[in-house]
Amino acid sequence: MAETHSLQDLRQAAVASKVFVQRDYTSGTICKFQIKFPAELESRIDKQQFEETIQTLNNLYAEAEKLGGRSYLEGCLACLTAYTIFLCMETHYEKVLKKIAKYIQEQNEKIYAPLGLLLTDPIERGLRVVEITIFEDRSIGSR
Amino acid sequence: MTGNMHLGVEEPIRECQYNQICTHNSSTMDTPHTKKKKIKRKWQVFPGRNKFYCNGRIMMAKQTGVFYLTVVLILVTSGLFFAFDCPFLASNLTPAIPAIGGVLFIFVMGMLLRASFSDPGVLPRATPEEAADIERQIDTANGPSGPGYRPPPRTREVLINGQTVKLKYCFTCKIFRPPRASHCSLCDNCVERFDHHCPWVGNCVGRRNYRFFYLFILSLSLLTIFIFAFVITHVILRSNRTGFLSALKDSPASVLEVVVCFFSIWSIVGLSGFHTYLISSNQTTNEDIKGSWSSKRGKGNYNPYSYGNLITNCCAALCGPLPPSLIDRRGFVQPDTPQPVAQTNGTGACPSNQVQSHMT
Repeated sequence: MAETHSLQDLRQAAVASKVFVQRDYTSGTICKFQIKFPAELESRIDKQQFEETIQTLNNLYAEAEKLGGRSYLEGCLACLTAYTIFLCMETHYEKVLKKIAKYIQEQNEKIYAPLGLLLTDPIERGLRVVEITIFEDRSIGSR
Repeated sequence: MTGNMHLGVEEPIRECQYNQICTHNSSTMDTPHTKKKKIKRKWQVFPGRNKFYCNGRIMMAKQTGVFYLTVVLILVTSGLFFAFDCPFLASNLTPAIPAIGGVLFIFVMGMLLRASFSDPGVLPRATPEEAADIERQIDTANGPSGPGYRPPPRTREVLINGQTVKLKYCFTCKIFRPPRASHCSLCDNCVERFDHHCPWVGNCVGRRNYRFFYLFILSLSLLTIFIFAFVITHVILRSNRTGFLSALKDSPASVLEVVVCFFSIWSIVGLSGFHTYLISSNQTTNEDIKGSWSSKRGKGNYNPYSYGNLITNCCAALCGPLPPSLIDRRGFVQPDTPQPVAQTNGTGACPSNQVQSHMT
């Protein structure tokens, strides 16, 4: 790949379009995004890579919302302290959201920015969509 | 610009520098719609009909009169109980009575305030690009329509655990509502897992504050029964010594407490019972009223969200993970993102000026 856009360069570039990956509600109300590969990205990124990113995001959100011993313990402890415990400690969900933010930044730096794409953290869109900004590809002649 | 959003550390610095640029270089800024003397927080530009207090930390509905009534009723009744009945009960029966009453009272108030002041699970409205994208998808799905042809309602069907669920499009928020979400007309917001709008609590009851609401009505039932029982005990014990009428004269507050508690018990205990049923079957008030999952609708109709097990349903509703607020009330409003290529390049230059000013 001859394009060597970094995350800094992208801020100067012009936006060509935005693609939105919608939520997948087939498993209920849990946070899960559709793995379907959008047609607009076909010329930009490898399908497998994209699917892997979305699948990892889905797994991370599933971890945040998982019902199990740990979440029940946290819930009971919180209730007993009249929820004041969250003044000093973060909820499990918030911890996983930070992990997700880091993952997205990492993916942007390593994979998406060099291809002229930018992933937006879904939490900034109310967990409705994964917004992928496609930047104008200036070095298209080098392909 | 979206890359900047992750670097939370830079935000306070940006705020100071942005103000400086505005006042000194006003002639070079060619986008008056982004020039602001003061950076606003997101709650100040929130499109719904909510009221915010404490710089965005507290969020309530527009009409809060009934909420103040609730607070006054609880405070006055409990206050009278602790002032007039507890001294007698503590000395004649056991001091555990005011102690337990005190714990219950604090828990009730805590849960009430938590239910009233939190974000119930409001879904932020779609950004203009998202809305345009969805419109395009709907138009291609519906096909071309001639003049005078009314387009079919905007719905999407999705299969959840074997049940077909219709997702409706919200014209106000410009999104397809997730399953179980509903638009509250009083607050003008779409709320996740919308239960109902409670005027007593002064807020919607949704995904994020349902457990506080339930614990509030449950503990309030216990408190009401507790006060009712012990006020009656107090009056009876006094009557044994001094006769019924003089007992009432010695402790007039007890009459008021009994009356308030008597009328409250029916409604609050009933409501607690109803919500216990809803929790155990994992339904919302909204779904129950509409009969969404009732067997009357059809033979194969069942609730796809229920875990099948009463205990799991209860645990999930009360002890499950608490999702964070999606609306970021206290965040700062970001300057406009870069325009699409179709627009003039002038607007493209402006964001880069701002970026360079942050670097200095």
